[in-house]
Amino acid sequence: MPTPSSNTSAPSAPFMLADVPLHSRFLLGTAGYPSPQVLGEAIAASGSQVVTLGLKRQFAQGPGDNGVIAMIRASGARLLPNTAGCRTAREAVALAQMARELLGTHWIKLEVVGDEHTLQPDPWELLTAAAQLVRDGFEVFPYCTDDLVSAQRLVDAGCRILMPWGAPIGSGQGLLNPWALRTLRARLPHTTLVVDAGIGAPSHAALAMELGYDAVLLNSAVAQANDPVAMARAFGLAIEAGRLGWCAGLLAPQDMAVASTPVGGRPFDI
Amino acid sequence: MSQTTTVAAVARLLNVKVNGQPQSMPVGSTLAELVDALSLAPESIATAVNGEFIARHRRALQPLQTGDSVGFFQAIVGG
Repeated sequence: MPTPSSNTSAPSAPFMLADVPLHSRFLLGTAGYPSPQVLGEAIAASGSQVVTLGLKRQFAQGPGDNGVIAMIRASGARLLPNTAGCRTAREAVALAQMARELLGTHWIKLEVVGDEHTLQPDPWELLTAAAQLVRDGFEVFPYCTDDLVSAQRLVDAGCRILMPWGAPIGSGQGLLNPWALRTLRARLPHTTLVVDAGIGAPSHAALAMELGYDAVLLNSAVAQANDPVAMARAFGLAIEAGRLGWCAGLLAPQDMAVASTPVGGRPFDI
Repeated sequence: MSQTTTVAAVARLLNVKVNGQPQSMPVGSTLAELVDALSLAPESIATAVNGEFIARHRRALQPLQTGDSVGFFQAIVGG
C-alpha cells in the first residue's frame, strides 16, 4: 500500500515538487548529449519539466556554449543547478549562491562528494552545507546516499526533498540496495524522495517508482544512448508506468504459488 | 624608462589570478572594474574572491588585493 507521503495520491494528481505542481516525475540532466539539438529533442521527448545544470569556473565573451544554455532556458523547464565538483561545504555554499544569482532560482541540487572513486557524498559536509543553505532561503535537493540516519539529519536540517543514489553516478548499475531505498520511503513518509544517480535502464526507473519514490533524476543513461531522444521517451514511459503501478497497489510477494484461476480443484474426477 | 620609474610603475599594479591565470590591475581596483576591464557583461558571470561569493551588487565594493584568487563562473550543462 502507498505510504502517507505528501505525493502519494491519485496517479492523475499533480506531482508537488517544492510546492510547484508538475505533471512529470522525470528530472533530466543536460550533460553529455551529442549535440544541443539532440538535447533539446530529448527534453521534449522526456516530458521533463525540471532539468539540471552545472556551474564552471570560466568566462567567455559571448555565447561560448553554442547557445546550449539559452536553448535549455527556452525549453521552459525549471532549472535545477547543481554544485558538482565541490568537496567541502564552503565550496558548495559559494557555488549555490552563485547559481542563484546567475540562474534566478533558489533551487539547488546539493552535491558534496567525499570519495573520488565512487563519487559518494560526504555526509558531514553535505549536512553542514544543507543547513546553511536552508537558513539562507534555498530549497535544497541534497544528493545523498541511502543511509537512513544521514537522511533523517538532512530532513531535520530543513530539507523537504532528498535525492538518494541508486548506485554511483554514471555507473548505470540501477538500484543496488532496494531494501535501503524502501526503508527510506517507509521511514520518511512525508519527504519527497527522488532517486538520483546510477540509473541505467528504464526498468531501473520503473522499480524506483514502484518502491514509492516520488521522482527519478538521471542523465547519462539518456545522453549516452545510441538514440537519446528515444531513450528519453522510454524513461518517461517507465517512470509513468512505475508510478501508476505503485498507486494501483502492487501484489505482495508470496513464498509459494497461489492459484489465480478459481477452478476449485481438478477439472476431472478420473 | 629608468629603473626607479619601472619599480614605481609596478608598485601601482596589483596582481591577482583570474580563474588561475595572472592578471594585473591598478592598485585600488575593485572586482567590478576587473569585470569591466575584461569586457564581460556583468550579468553573464557569477563571481567569487578567495572562495567567497561576491554578489553582483557588491562587486563595486569589493577591493582587490595582490594575491587574490578571483573566480568567474558561468552555467554549463550538468547532471
